[in-house]
Amino acid sequence: MAKSTACELLKAQFPEAVRGIDEFRGETSVTVDKERLRAVMAFLKENEGTLYDLLVDIAGVDAGGGSPRFLVVYLLHSMKYNNRLRIKVGVSEGAAVDTVSDIWKAADWMEREVYDLFGIEFSRHPDLRRILLPEDFTGHPLRKDYPLKGVDFDKPFPVCLEEEKGKQTDG
Amino acid sequence: MAETRLMTINMGPQHPATHGVLRLLLELDGEVIVKSVPDIGYLHRGIEKLAESMTYPQALTLTDRLDYTSGLSNNLAYCLAVEKLLDIAIPKRAQYLRVLLAELQRIAAHLLWIATHALDLGAMTLLFYAFRDREEILGMLELVTGARLTPSFIRIGGIAADIPEPFLPRVRAFVATFPKRVDEYETLLTENIIWKKRTQGISPMSGADCIDYGVTGPVLRASGVYYDVRKAYPYSSYEDFDFEIPLGQKGDVYDRYLVRLKEMRQSNRIVGQAAEKLPAGPVMAVDAPQVTPPAKEAVGKDIAALIRHFKIMEEGFRPPCGEVYASIESSKGELGFYLISDGGNKPFRMRVRPPSFINLGALPKMIKGQMVADVVAAIGSIDIVLGEIDR
Repeated sequence: MAKSTACELLKAQFPEAVRGIDEFRGETSVTVDKERLRAVMAFLKENEGTLYDLLVDIAGVDAGGGSPRFLVVYLLHSMKYNNRLRIKVGVSEGAAVDTVSDIWKAADWMEREVYDLFGIEFSRHPDLRRILLPEDFTGHPLRKDYPLKGVDFDKPFPVCLEEEKGKQTDG
Repeated sequence: MAETRLMTINMGPQHPATHGVLRLLLELDGEVIVKSVPDIGYLHRGIEKLAESMTYPQALTLTDRLDYTSGLSNNLAYCLAVEKLLDIAIPKRAQYLRVLLAELQRIAAHLLWIATHALDLGAMTLLFYAFRDREEILGMLELVTGARLTPSFIRIGGIAADIPEPFLPRVRAFVATFPKRVDEYETLLTENIIWKKRTQGISPMSGADCIDYGVTGPVLRASGVYYDVRKAYPYSSYEDFDFEIPLGQKGDVYDRYLVRLKEMRQSNRIVGQAAEKLPAGPVMAVDAPQVTPPAKEAVGKDIAALIRHFKIMEEGFRPPCGEVYASIESSKGELGFYLISDGGNKPFRMRVRPPSFINLGALPKMIKGQMVADVVAAIGSIDIVLGEIDR
């Protein structure tokens, strides 16, 4: 089954949810409506003509000044038909995306990573916590407005001399 | 009847069997695991963030530090993604050498895996045998790339340099002896009753579960699912080589061991074929002067070449706007790079699809209901590298 057929099926099944189809270097990306994401994903996994049973990856993207600000990109692979399809949803700041972790278990950790590094929430996720960064970390590093280096990265460490330490405890 | 209660223990982050800094929170009923929660991120260096501040050629050096047991495979995956973005053709000789080096690297990574995995389960002898052979591979890679751990040798557009004269004879000698070496490992383990008791039936995963959890690589194939990126989406001329994809049936620790051993034999076959069929020609793309630096001799004599050299080293190049995903079959599973270009000289977004990270996500499922002592076997059988998980 060719990828174009998957797009046709998708367009026939969800005419209102498919926002755009892009082709670049032989790869197909389909942008879908955020509200219909779960229905689209369940369809792509279960339908006989598509059978995208392997969720390869979920990537967050901060589009910078664009509207909506964020993208969540899902990469699917079909074991039977041996092809890949990319599904994208736009997410504005502060909005949440429906989880797909009950459709593919693999999404559990991938969504946690997107949440950790971009701050995009996934509603009804069973265990939405930070995964790579410590729990008390503030900010989401992969956002474009997060600085690459800390503001004090080139400042020397505060030196605490023994005698001053004594003064501090005395005073 | 006496009262019973569950006990929670920490395994790691400094535990020799976790192969890095991985912490597992285990909830135990006696010796049986009721629940486990992996805690990762101790090695997070922000590689995806760093890449956004570097030009495309500079970001290559970051990829060495992902799965540090197979730097060349990581280089290859990244270069394939950038080349797809640029849409440039790679000379056949470079493609074959890439395959040769990547397969040697796979054997080295699998040897490191079997050495440490067997050591975890109490079979120490194998470590010395496996490291003897791994040392030979690292010696060969050092001869070509000049590095043992962080080669950055596969470059955008080809490979950094052609192979030196003594390399191919050494490869041929290795290819001839290596199957006998694998036989040696098999003598030590395959029919060993203790090894079988420690691995057979331990932490099994069905093929359907593996797919559900996104597991790829030898773990998936040990469960009998035929999926290998080298066959599914051939890259770098893999379609020219004759090799098989070994499959297991039960998907337990023992099957994963067998699959990896067979994979080493197949990789050895590919290395042999690549060495025999190696075509002559350039090792860098010739028709992409905006991407590939000029020859070193030309830089000293020709002012145009000097300017081009500095332009590529300082500024890099500007691929067209777009997004691509390219992946390879690394020793751990499907390693992919998802690159988005906004037309600038730095990646707008570089996402690494890390096989170890996603495979580790299936660990809680694998070890549920198993014994504490088997956790060590299960972790070893997934073959994780924390540098790739935490990035």
